[in-house]
Amino acid sequence: MRLFLHELRTEQVLFWRNREAAFFTFFLPVIFFLVFGSIYGNDRISGIRGAAFLEAGMIGYGVASTAFAGLAITMVIRRESGVLKRIRSTPLPPWTYLVSVLVSTFITFLIEAVILILLGRLLFSVGLPSRPLSLLAALVIGAAAFAALGLGLTGLVRSAEGSSAVVNFVYLPMAIISGTFFSPEKYPDFLRAIADVLPLTYFTKLTRDIVVSHDHIWSQGGAIAVVVVWGAIGLVAAIRGFRWQPREG
Amino acid sequence: MTAVVVTGLRKSYGEHEALKGIEFTINRGEVFGLLGPNGAGKTTTVEILEGYRNRDAGDVQVLDVDPQHSGSAWRERIGVMLQSSSLYPNLTVRESLRVFAGYYARPRGADEVIEIVELGEKADARVRTLSGGQQRRLDLGLALVGDPELVFLDEPTTGFDPGARRSAWQTIRNLRELGKTVLLTTHYLDEAAQLADRVAVLRGGVIVREGAPAELTGGVVETEIRYRRNGGEVVERTHEPTQRLQELTAEAIARGEELEELEVRRPTLEDVYLELTSE
Repeated sequence: MRLFLHELRTEQVLFWRNREAAFFTFFLPVIFFLVFGSIYGNDRISGIRGAAFLEAGMIGYGVASTAFAGLAITMVIRRESGVLKRIRSTPLPPWTYLVSVLVSTFITFLIEAVILILLGRLLFSVGLPSRPLSLLAALVIGAAAFAALGLGLTGLVRSAEGSSAVVNFVYLPMAIISGTFFSPEKYPDFLRAIADVLPLTYFTKLTRDIVVSHDHIWSQGGAIAVVVVWGAIGLVAAIRGFRWQPREG
Repeated sequence: MTAVVVTGLRKSYGEHEALKGIEFTINRGEVFGLLGPNGAGKTTTVEILEGYRNRDAGDVQVLDVDPQHSGSAWRERIGVMLQSSSLYPNLTVRESLRVFAGYYARPRGADEVIEIVELGEKADARVRTLSGGQQRRLDLGLALVGDPELVFLDEPTTGFDPGARRSAWQTIRNLRELGKTVLLTTHYLDEAAQLADRVAVLRGGVIVREGAPAELTGGVVETEIRYRRNGGEVVERTHEPTQRLQELTAEAIARGEELEELEVRRPTLEDVYLELTSE
């Protein structure tokens, strides 16, 4: 427990010290919320207010940028620079390390979601979530699934230099196609077909239904199932592909 | 008291035999140099000893534990400095040491380590602002912060300028005074000669020589005798320079000649090393 708290604190310091990464993974969804919220916050999207639609969408974008993209890039850089290998030579148990990294990522994401919800309330008059526990459960499930996918992706990235290119190539189109910014209803068929299998589509829908429609999380079995299945795929990829050592030569 | 015992150690990568059955022993409190050109098998050896790689055959005991079946308690007792720098650029020197100190049950204080690796002026500087040599010294500091019994240093001064190298050498000498056992790999002969109590020379996965640096020269390379005769240079190599010189000089005196430009040269450590490691 002492080791876990020590490493958790370390991870938080490391995240906030790295300003560039903190900007892209943490602040960008907040900035997008402010920008797009002022553009179409009062329009109606899929029958709800634009600002409310966007708030849930940016929570979805936030899970993709913190738990998926940010985590994957950080872990590839640490692997290739030898930090992970170095840590394996210390008495810190590998599981304690990984759990600390994941919990730290979740804390960051949670802070981001709270900021988005407060900004939505203060600036765009979006109501506070009426089912906070359902929302918290959804955020935990989503963060876990996307973190598993992020760790799984590290096995496919060969170099630190390539990490942000590969990760952005995956996550930016995913964020847009999954309807975090716009409703996928008006998309052409092939984009909707892609959106219909992406996990972020379902996580965003889950969050939106809880925040806007006041749904209980257990009424969203289908969406949860898709997110969990994707998380399981990520977990298998992570178990098979996650490495502590940099690529040889 | 031995710190490391290696017998019959073998390791292959596919077809390539990186280690072809090597043996050596490191005593406690000793600085042991593993010397050899790139690709000789130094890093493979060290990574097996550190527990990063599994061996194909042979027996390895590091602090009386097989690294292949080691745990956190064993890792409390070793310190590792990897070949490439592996640090957090946005932490300060002191923060970095505190982070790693937190992983150990009985760490050394961050300020004490800062003193050992002579980074006092940079204690509160961010790691990314340090020079290459300073980063390596911090790297060494991270290997020492757990107060280990045995320290692995994998090519600790590669890429240093001469001044930085001398200062790193002094730091490594300080380790001996702290009573640490050190396994140092290097491809610099002078580094091994300066720092190590004993040296094993590795070439192509085989230990070709082992002993104190000064002993390496003994008996390997023949002594060279050069002189000029009838305008041409004569070079002889012999294992018995005293005997041979007596013969040469006796003959020359008998002929009433001078052995012009007579030169007797004992091989330097460098010559021995080059001879041992050349293919």
